[in-house]
Amino acid sequence: MSARHEPGDGRGASHGGSAVLHDVLLGARFAFTGGRDGWTRTVLTALGVGIGVALLLLAAAVPGALQARDVRNDARTDYGIGEIPASDRTVLVGTADTVFRDSQVRGRVLRAEGPRAPVPPGVPAIPGPGEAVVSPALQEVLASPDGPLFAPRLGGARVVGMIAPAGLTGPGELAYYLGSDTLTADRATRLDAFGSFPTEREGLGPLLTLLVVIIFVVLLLPTGVFLAAAVRFGGERRDRRLAALRLIGADLRMTRRIAAGEATAGAVLGLAAGAAFFLAGRQIVPLVTLWDISVYAGDVRPNLPLVTAIAVAVPLVAVVVSLIALRGVSVEPLGVARRAATARRRLWWRLILPGAGLVLLVPMIGGFDGSAVAGQYQAAAGAVLLLVGAVALLPWLIDLVVRPLRGGPVAWQLAVRRLQFDSATSARLVNGIAVAVAGTIGLQMLFAGVQSRSVTSTGENTARAQAVVRTQVSAGASAGIEETVARLRATPGVTGAAGTLTDTVNGKPPADGAPPPVADLRIGDCSALAEFAHLGECSDGEVFLVHAGPGDPSGEAAFRPGSRVTSVDGGPAWTVPSGARTVPARQDAPISSSESILVTPGVIDTGRRSGLVAMTFVSLAPHDPDAVERLRNTAARIDPLGSVGVLSATEVARRFDGIRRGLYVGIVVTLLLIAASMLVGVLEQLRERRRLLAMLVAVGVRRGSLTWSVLWQTVVPVLVGLALAVCFGLGLGIVLLRMVSVEVSVSWPAVGWSAGLGAAVVLLVTGLSLPTLWRLTRPEGLRTE
Amino acid sequence: MTAAPLLTAEDLHKSYGPTAALDGASLAVSAGEIVAIMGPSGSGKSTLLHCLAGIVRPDSGRVRYEGREVQAMSDAERSALRRTRFGFVFQFGQLVPELTCLENVALPLRMERVRRREAESRAAEWLERLEVADVADKRPGEASGGQGQRVAVARALVTGPRVIFADEPTGALDSLNGERVMRLLTAAARDTRAAVVLVTHEPRVAGYSDREVVVRDGRTRDLERTL
Amino acid sequence: MSIGQTLLGLLEEGPSHGYDLKRAYDDRFGHSRPLHYGQVYATLSRLLKDGLVELDAVEPGEGPERKRYAVTSAGVTDVERWLSTPEKPEPYLQNTLYTKVVLAVLTGRSAADLLDVQRAEHLRLMRELTRRKTAGDLAEQLICDHALFHLEADLRWLELTAARLDELAKTVRA
Repeated sequence: MSARHEPGDGRGASHGGSAVLHDVLLGARFAFTGGRDGWTRTVLTALGVGIGVALLLLAAAVPGALQARDVRNDARTDYGIGEIPASDRTVLVGTADTVFRDSQVRGRVLRAEGPRAPVPPGVPAIPGPGEAVVSPALQEVLASPDGPLFAPRLGGARVVGMIAPAGLTGPGELAYYLGSDTLTADRATRLDAFGSFPTEREGLGPLLTLLVVIIFVVLLLPTGVFLAAAVRFGGERRDRRLAALRLIGADLRMTRRIAAGEATAGAVLGLAAGAAFFLAGRQIVPLVTLWDISVYAGDVRPNLPLVTAIAVAVPLVAVVVSLIALRGVSVEPLGVARRAATARRRLWWRLILPGAGLVLLVPMIGGFDGSAVAGQYQAAAGAVLLLVGAVALLPWLIDLVVRPLRGGPVAWQLAVRRLQFDSATSARLVNGIAVAVAGTIGLQMLFAGVQSRSVTSTGENTARAQAVVRTQVSAGASAGIEETVARLRATPGVTGAAGTLTDTVNGKPPADGAPPPVADLRIGDCSALAEFAHLGECSDGEVFLVHAGPGDPSGEAAFRPGSRVTSVDGGPAWTVPSGARTVPARQDAPISSSESILVTPGVIDTGRRSGLVAMTFVSLAPHDPDAVERLRNTAARIDPLGSVGVLSATEVARRFDGIRRGLYVGIVVTLLLIAASMLVGVLEQLRERRRLLAMLVAVGVRRGSLTWSVLWQTVVPVLVGLALAVCFGLGLGIVLLRMVSVEVSVSWPAVGWSAGLGAAVVLLVTGLSLPTLWRLTRPEGLRTE
Repeated sequence: MTAAPLLTAEDLHKSYGPTAALDGASLAVSAGEIVAIMGPSGSGKSTLLHCLAGIVRPDSGRVRYEGREVQAMSDAERSALRRTRFGFVFQFGQLVPELTCLENVALPLRMERVRRREAESRAAEWLERLEVADVADKRPGEASGGQGQRVAVARALVTGPRVIFADEPTGALDSLNGERVMRLLTAAARDTRAAVVLVTHEPRVAGYSDREVVVRDGRTRDLERTL
Repeated sequence: MSIGQTLLGLLEEGPSHGYDLKRAYDDRFGHSRPLHYGQVYATLSRLLKDGLVELDAVEPGEGPERKRYAVTSAGVTDVERWLSTPEKPEPYLQNTLYTKVVLAVLTGRSAADLLDVQRAEHLRLMRELTRRKTAGDLAEQLICDHALFHLEADLRWLELTAARLDELAKTVRA
């Protein structure tokens, strides 16, 4: 009877592509309309996603940035291999690296041997004698109040220019090129080009590779969890809105498409925000120097495939997460019903993820090969699955813990009932913390294992000397050593100095073709030699033998009275006099005893030996941090190519040190991120329940009780989450340590530290949410909107 | 009744857990007819309306719209029916709080892929007709309760539906505003020849109907027909 | 309100003397205004004349209290008609309506039907008033609203009574 079209023929069952687009756009519009609340939600989502995206972009840019550094570093290398004859197209390069206030300074002394001599990258021309070219960072140091503490190392040279970025690894690098007309080939490398032989880079080895892989997992996984949480900001409101749309005729597919459109819009806005954060953050990057590594903003450039992957994956994740969230509720025209509310959470599938993680990791126990890319991915995937498993188990565990709880004070009752009613929301808030803490604990354990391996004893003893200065003594100047020691001793802050001339000599090569034994030849007066051994009676003309220890009989055999020794640099052979006495080494010698021949000056004509190095052990005033800088200045004046080493009893692998600091920074940033997302979540929950809260206050529930109830509501899931995180973290740590065959030991302080940090985040978040709670619970809150 | 009824329910049963909301409810609504469903709280009148609108699936019995069995339709078909043939006015909460009143009214048209400009101009006409043109650019939260309900009526009518389901449309309003909503709703329904299924417990609201059906303990008593 | 139909209804329970009828009436309906004997006998003689009651038995002695009345089938029909006819909705109906409901319960008729029929009648009038109101000017609207509010009150009473019929049946039959 009706002339109207049948329902469903307008669109109904068969949706065209344009209908899809229409729904998605409609959803997208919801992301951008909706007054102050709507905007707040969108901005929060964009911020959250943006921070995550920026972190992802940064992580994606790290390899490229380091590679850019390496490329520039390779271009300026000055290794010479083989003999290059001097010509008008060669240059002599002397290494004058030094340290200034814990920062490495790359120093080179240059002497052009002709007009067509090669010029290092980033330098306009080879500086003439008395001229220097410095990096901008070094220029800043020179211009600063600290300048005078460094300037002497340039030997009074005039700064004639700056090294351009092409010649530096990063903007913070301290570097200089000093011109010279006295540099000679015996102390320098002759080059006809820079960058001919790239630096050999030390591989990381399985342990450090695993460490780096796990660090990426531990830092990026919470970012992922955070992303997932961020796209669900405003979820409850969204569900109600979708229900309203269902009433006026949106079918389930339209509903899903609208939700997807909304999520995409938020994610895309987040991508844009992330790109903006990244670009802004990139400008700050050059200001930061970590572990002597600084990076140009332009170097922080994630490669295109990774950027594309992020740009595609983030909205995809957003859509998938919001659709999964929709599966948990049934959006019907009459409203939203939580499907999972009454269903008891099942355990078995939640065990699949961590189980799969273990399945991936366990076969690698004892046999992890860091060089194989497949192994790295397997380890990463295993760790990810194990940690995500914690996320999957958490809601179940919270349910289990909360279900039997009863009674107690009003605050406790409110909190427990709320958790029993909806533990998923709380679980979601804690997920990120749990993952971060579990990852940190696993990492800490791996880290402790690495530490026990990477810290090596140097054999140096700092009790009597804190620095060693190596300077060349010009051939023939027998008085050189006395003068050197005197000048060093005269340096302010230096409390003592004892110097010997040092050469390294070979003994008679063994018959079987093994390498010849090596010994240090030290020439100095009795007092200087006494630094190394208990000499007993000593007068000029004596020779002493010090043996490395009972463990090395070959040394004792090779160096005895009458042995012939030759300098490793060539030079005349010399016979150990028959009167040479064997004396015991000093246990507190500044460097550990190796095979040594200690010679008083009267025995050897130093003038006839070239390649002798003056090695002066220096003790420094204990509380004068500038003393070592002044020492370096004096040393540079004596010999621009000399070196000053600071003694330390142990040496932590520098790379490892960097990783550790990076980890700490990363963990703190990650936890702050999670704190931000938790705060948003808690505030949202409070706002959702504002009428209820105001009503409770109106009927006389004390605000203190409400505060406690909010606190309990957070604390209980967090405690459960932290407990779970500790278990998973320890599990991960044990598996990882076994993978690299390191003895398993649990560092409880590290566990406490990680869990404590997690707990601190919760307290922070709860504290920050209290003002909102108080504002919402003013009786005015009862007013309907 | 001369023509076949537009919407019929036959012997509907529906239980929520152990409690029976409907226990043999039957009803026929003809085109253009305004039927009031009355009864005490918990008698099942809202459930009956939800079943008639295809929002809730009865445990047994049949609902037919223009002879087609509603339960047999897919979700998409039922949604399309809601979109094109039905309009809804509930007590509150059916407007999308994020959209302005005008956008809310235009929404059903937009879901039918009417262009925005066109949809919003038609929506504006309806707002004018329901005397709420002044809140067009406000969000539902900023309008008064009475205005909000009239916006909801406008949205229910904008697609030219055959049946309007109104569940306590004046439930949250005072007498004056309630009367105004009912006057405008029934006038518009009569003009467009739309049937109205009106659930209310207020006799004065039921006074706007053509006919009354009483639901008691889940059963209908169609009075004028039993007389 | 009609005393005649009420007495007829009471007689449906069984034949009764005039005096017992008055007592029964007063017990159930005469809360504020008990019947006078004269009213009872006058009504009964009218009913007798109309053939709605008959004398069941006359005991020896003088006076009307010796006569026992029984309802005739015409009387039952009359009660039936009265109960099923809705009252014209007007103010202060409750006495009549209450009597009808109790009588329906007493005589085993459907009080629910009675109430529904009555509410339909009320609603019919309310619809008419509503129509007049929507078409009329302000004065008309105010007048109609006054009537509507009163009718609404009655209707609410009808609803409430309908909801409490079971309770009522217990007390009435007790």
